Order: sequence, then structure tokens, then C-alpha cells
Amino acid sequence: MKRRFLIGLALVLPGLPGVADTVPYGSTYQARPGAPTLIRNAVVLDGTGRRLDDADVLMRDGKVVAVGPGLDATGASVVDARGRWVTPGLVDVHSHLGVYASPGVNAAQDGNEATDPVTAGVWAEHSVWPQDPGFQTALAGGVTTLQVLPGSANLVGGRGVTLRNVHSTTYQAMKFPGAPQGLKMACGENPKRVYGSHDRAPSTRMGNVAGYRQAFADAQDYRNQLDKYQDELAAYEKKKGKDKDAKPPVPPKRDLRLETLVAAMNGEVQVHIHCYRSDEMAVMLDLAKEFGFKVAAFHHGVEAYKLSDRLAAEGVCGALWADWWGFKMEAYDAIWENLAFVDAPKNGCAIVHSDSEEGIQRLNQEAAKSMVRGERAGLAIPPERAVRWITSNPARALGIADKVGTLEPGKIADVVVWNGNPFSVYALPDLVYVDGAVAYDRKAPSSLPRSDFLLGQPAGGAR
Amino acid sequence: MNRRMMQLAIAALGSLAVLAGTAHAEDVLIRNARVHTLSERGTLERADVLVRDGRIAQVGTGLTAGSGATVVDARGRALTPGLFGGITGLGVEEIELEPSTVDRSKAYGDGGHEGFAPRPEFDVTLAFNPDSVAIGVNRIEGVTFAMVAPTSDGSLFAGQGEIARLDGRADAFLPASRTLFLELGAGATAGTGNSRAAQFMLLEQATREANPAQPLRDGDLRLLTPTGREVLGHYLGRGRIAFSVERAADIRQVLAWSERNRVRPVIVGGAQAWQVAPLLAKARVPVMLDPLVNLPGTFDKLGATMENAARLHKAGVPVTFTHFTAPTHDAHKVRQAAGVAVAHGLPFEAALAALTSAPAEIFGVGQVLGRIAPGYSADLVLWSGDPLEVTSVAEQVWIAGQPQSMRSRQTELRDRYRPQAALPNSQ
Repeated sequence: MKRRFLIGLALVLPGLPGVADTVPYGSTYQARPGAPTLIRNAVVLDGTGRRLDDADVLMRDGKVVAVGPGLDATGASVVDARGRWVTPGLVDVHSHLGVYASPGVNAAQDGNEATDPVTAGVWAEHSVWPQDPGFQTALAGGVTTLQVLPGSANLVGGRGVTLRNVHSTTYQAMKFPGAPQGLKMACGENPKRVYGSHDRAPSTRMGNVAGYRQAFADAQDYRNQLDKYQDELAAYEKKKGKDKDAKPPVPPKRDLRLETLVAAMNGEVQVHIHCYRSDEMAVMLDLAKEFGFKVAAFHHGVEAYKLSDRLAAEGVCGALWADWWGFKMEAYDAIWENLAFVDAPKNGCAIVHSDSEEGIQRLNQEAAKSMVRGERAGLAIPPERAVRWITSNPARALGIADKVGTLEPGKIADVVVWNGNPFSVYALPDLVYVDGAVAYDRKAPSSLPRSDFLLGQPAGGAR
Repeated sequence: MNRRMMQLAIAALGSLAVLAGTAHAEDVLIRNARVHTLSERGTLERADVLVRDGRIAQVGTGLTAGSGATVVDARGRALTPGLFGGITGLGVEEIELEPSTVDRSKAYGDGGHEGFAPRPEFDVTLAFNPDSVAIGVNRIEGVTFAMVAPTSDGSLFAGQGEIARLDGRADAFLPASRTLFLELGAGATAGTGNSRAAQFMLLEQATREANPAQPLRDGDLRLLTPTGREVLGHYLGRGRIAFSVERAADIRQVLAWSERNRVRPVIVGGAQAWQVAPLLAKARVPVMLDPLVNLPGTFDKLGATMENAARLHKAGVPVTFTHFTAPTHDAHKVRQAAGVAVAHGLPFEAALAALTSAPAEIFGVGQVLGRIAPGYSADLVLWSGDPLEVTSVAEQVWIAGQPQSMRSRQTELRDRYRPQAALPNSQ
């Protein structure tokens, strides 16, 4: 248990150089709750797997208060949603908005620290440009929470950050309060291509695995040093009053790279692994077992369907596309039913992820594509089930399922009112609520925040 | 319709495919369909389509077929012409990151011994493989024809492409659709002088070289090979040239150059095309766009909007679609993109035309493909629902009257790994 709290380093090791007594780079996010609002007479997909027809959603003080038929509207402004559908705000577990921003000029290539195969010490949040216009187009697609990850050039790419999708001049003011960071790792072709082409390790898949193992072995050693220091510190604290000659122990030099890996082993960051092939996912599950960490999700797992029972049994999510395939060899075996098949076993956890500034605008349509293919393959996937792929399941993988992803009392009131069934090519969010306040109203396009970058451009902005 | 019924219907169509696979074109009568003719007849409810010798023979109600004809009851579902997959590498690239499977561009590398000499004569159709897995995967999504086009690897001229029929035939190409492809704008490379101005300078010089009225003298700097001059000469005066270009200012230059050289331009990309819509409409210059492009991915795309297609259509500009993110493997995504364009103001019929009759006309095969009308090739798709809807799928595809197998490498994988929870005996 000592290890558990050890890498809440900041509090435990006040003597370490450069460590503040609070979480560094902490969130300064301020919820700005709207007036109490009752959305009335909608088809509600609440994200838990339930569908309520002709139901109401009551929001107050930025939280969901109640969901059900005939709620009391006293003191609330009423939105008539008859004929419209309501879902939780969408959650994207895999975005590069801000780190590969638009426009994609040389100066904006901040997503891959491709200078070493293990860059566990870098944090994607330190690359996030809050003025990426892609945040706003994602908001118009109903996305209220997203994880921004480093790219996949490296075996260990660094830490990801979970953001609230609000316009701000700093990323700290977007940072989801209390959300754990992510750790991005990558299997397969990318790391071995990036480094192999420079005659460096890794240049093979076995080189990849040796790279992860050595990095985590180094982290184990680092953790032992931290444990030893902690023991010495405790002993010193005990005797320093009695023994004038007692000297405080010297803490080990901080190693940002190993700190992140220790945090993964301690379960303090959510591990997200870019991994296409099922055989490589199995290797990564063994790696996780060897070093005692938990995999939150395999991302881009185009072959996850080949391993769906094991993923479900081990509680690992598949963060997937509906139809991307063939752009490289490890993406050759994709099928449209991947999401549906990963979802099928008991405890299966399918997630639609974007990895794309275009795809993040239509997560609902990606879900729809695999939903219908799954149904045609013989699975029953009603909308109330598929909506979990873009709401509660990604929230689970991000470690924030207690805060967002469903419309249950007490949850943050991130809510989307759709112009109809969201599983349609014609579906558009009419209203997007963040913290119970209107963040986007399709009838009032000026409600959509506008990136500083787009101001004063004669050619106009994105919409 | 309940799932069981749907499965039976699909099974029936599957066996139909087997029966008709070998013999030469049998008559096919598709009855009781919502027929999107894309002709002046519009959309016909509960209509029949009679196919004879691979072509549409009749479209109407109460049609009858001779004995031996295959009769398909569409049960009111939508029937459209086969879809156009946009500008793709179908048949010329199998896996983008595996060079041994990619033939889409003539490599210039760092210049090599040829420098960056433009080679308009590069003809990508010579590398076409009708057995590509990517063709089958897109065919069962309703994509029956596509522009197989080269891409540039640093040169101004990517080369030439043509429309291919996607039924696996060896003689897949329609020569009337032959098009020369040029890439202009922010992507200027060392090979094009790292400047848009240099691109137009090189274009001007190549144009001069290709003009037989202005023969070169000994010692003149030559950009093109003799074959290149001959090929480019064919396009000047009457040919169709597709320009990949996004920025309004560059589109204006292309229009001016095209007018001077009496070339029929096609704008590919055109993120800012809506800003010069009146000019494009006046010159009847079509735009091939990706309706999903609404972010300034480059400075050339400032002002990109989901309403590009709707605005151009309203101004009278012929519009068709192509998918830029994954134009080969996910060529089928033009259908989803068309639906999204409708959600952003493009009339449904215009979106369907942009997937069928419009590209056929733009590329010179509008008398053969893209409509359900007598005399047209029987390239047809029967849909499970609204043909633009993401929850609809192609139930059956015909090309030249032949029912296509609705299986692909992906359906093979699907069936091998179908989960326990799936119903037995389902398709």
C-alpha cells in the first residue's frame, strides 16, 4: 500500500526539488452552470442502457437532477423537445485536437515527441493549443469531454489529458477537474517504422516489446528507490527529535519518465494503448501482467473482434473506428462489425473514438454504422445500447464514469438535444449543454465559441 | 420489416447472385422499387426496371419479363444507379504504407536523374488490378464506378486517370473519361519551385512546349519529354484537366488559364470554391469536393464550410463528391458525406445526383452511367432504406446487369469471428 500513495509524489515527498504541494499544472476549470432547465417530452437515451420515451431531463446548478416522465418544472426554464432525442454529452477518448491543430502548419506539429522511443515524461497538455478551431466544430457535434493524447510514434508517448470542451485561453481552464491523466503507448508498425528508419531500436515488433519491458523494469527500480527513501524518511522522522546527529535522507533524483511509468503501475493514470492486431493486444496484456498495470483501452484495435471475449473478461475496452481500414498492413483485417462484436460479450466495452478532427464531429454516425452492421450480423443493438459507445464507455476508460457519460442524478449536466434520432446521417445537435448551460444552439450559430485564430480572416471561419 | 424477413430476402438475393454468375447477361426484372432515376422522370414509386443484355430496357409500372428472367421483388425499397466513389486509388494501391502494393504516383524522390521533369504522360490505369480487395469492399457498399487517378509525388502533373467499372473486369476503363490531373497550391514542393507562382510558370512553359504552333528550337530548355508534349497537346484545346486546388485566388488563376487554353477544368478540393461560385457557374466548371471538410486544415482552406456543396449547387455549379481522408479504402464514405451535405442544406436529389449522374457527366460518360433510364448500363443498387442514410446498406448491387457477389474479404472475416451472441442462421 505504501507504493499506492508514493506516487502521489507531490504530497508525499515535499522535500523533492521542484515539487509543489499541489498537483502541478492543476485544473483551473470553472463550471458556469446555467439556469435550472427542464428538457421536456424527449426520447432520452440516458447512457446507462435505458431508453425513456416522452421523458424529461431536469438540470440545476450544473448537475442532472432527475430524468423521467412528467417532472415538475417549477422554477426551471422549459425546452420543448417533443420529437427530439436527448443523450449525454459525447465523450471522445482519443483526440489530437490542440496538439495537431488546424491549420496543420509546421508550427502546429506538437503531437509526437519522436526523438526517443520512450518519452513517458512528456505531457500532451503542454502541447495543447486552446485556439484550435476543431474544439468548436467538435462541440457542434455534441462532444463535451475529450482526451487529448500524444501521437503513436513512440512505444511510450507520454501522458494524455482529459479536457472539458470549453473555449479558453489556457488549457488549464479546460482541464477536467479530478480526471486522471492517461498514458499513451503504441504497438506495432509506427514505433518500429519511426525508429527503425533511423537505424535505431526498435526496428521490429520484438524490439518494441523489449523497449516496453526495459522501460518498466527501469520504473520498477525507480519505485524501489522511492520506497527505500520513504522508509529512510520515516525512520528519520522517528528519531530526529531524539538524535541530534540524524540526517534527513537524500531523495532520489526525480525522473519524469519513470514517474509516469510508476504512476501507471500504481493505477494512478489510465493506460491507453494504440494497438491494431489481436496478437499484439495479447502481448500487451501479458506485459501489463508482468509489470502490474491495468490496460484501460486498446485504441484503433481493428482486430479487437478477434479477442472480444478476453477483452471483456479482463475489463479492457476497445476504442475503435467503424470503417477505417487498409491504410497499413496492421489495419488490413478491419470489419464494419468490430464495435458491435466487441460490445457483444457480457461486460464488453466498445468505444467509438475519433483520432480525427473530422470524425469527432460525427461520433454518433460512426456508432450508427457499426450498430446496423452488428444487427445484420444477428446482434440486437438498440440505440440505448449503442449510445454507450459514445458516452458512458469512453467515460469509463477515462476514469470519469462517476462524473459524466450518463444522465443520472448528480452527474455533470452535459446534455445534447438532437434534432431526431442521433443514429442518422441527418442528425445534428440542436442544443449542447455543458454544466447545464447552453454551450451551443444550432438556431443561434453565434452561440458557438469562435477561436481567436479565425477572427478577422477575410476568407472566413469554420462552421 | 423484422430481422428474419430481411435475412430471408437477403438469402434469396445471395442465391440469385450464384445463379446468374456464369451465364451471359440474363434479363432481370426488378419490381416494386422506389426508383431514383436521376433523369427528368425523377423518383418513381412502386416502379419496375427491366434489364436486358446488361442495359436498362424499360422503366415503368406493370412491366413483364420473358421466361427465364430473374425477377426481384424490391418491396418498395430504394433503387439507385451505382454510386461513384470519387477520385480514388482503387486497383492501384492495396495498402498505402506498403510501397510494393502502391502504384499511384510516379516517384520523383529527391529529383533523381530526371529531376522533377513533369510527366503528364504517366498513365496510372496501366497498373490497374481489378482483383484488388479494396474494390470488393467498396463494391458491396454500392460503389460501382470510380475515377482511378494518379497522385503527384512532387510534380505539378500527377498524370492521367480514367473511370473504372468495379465489377472485376479486365477492361475496366471508359476512355471517354480520360482526365489529366494537376496539383496546385499550398503543397508546392522543391519540384515545383516551392511557390505557387513557380507552379503557374511551369504550367505556362509546359503549355508552350505542347503547342505545335510554337515549335521548340534546338537549345531551348525542355520541361517535357516528346511523349509528354504530345499528351499535354491532346488536352489543350479540348481536354479535361482536373486541378487539385483549394484557395479561391488559385481557382481564379486556374479558370483564367483554362479559358486561355480552351481546357475544360474540374476543380478538385475547392474548400474556398463557394467564394467564387458565380465565376464557376458562369464557366460551367464543376467542383469535386469532400462535404466533410469544414476546418482550415491549411491556410488554403480558411473559410471551409459544411455548406460548400449547398452554396455551390444553389449558384448553379455542378457538384460531385470525393473523400479525401481515405479516398481508396473508404471511397464508399462519399455516400455518408452526401447525407451530411443534405443535413447542411443540399437538396436530397442534388446529393444523389452528385453521387451518380453528375460525376458521369463531368467525366464524359453521362450517356452510359449514372441514371436509370433506357439505354443506360444496368449499374444498380437496391438499398435497405434511404440510400444516403448511414443505417442503410446495399442489399444487392448489379453492374451491367450482373448481380454482384455481396461478399468481400471483410465479410469472410466477419463470419469467421461472429460472436456467440449473434443469432444462428443469420446472414
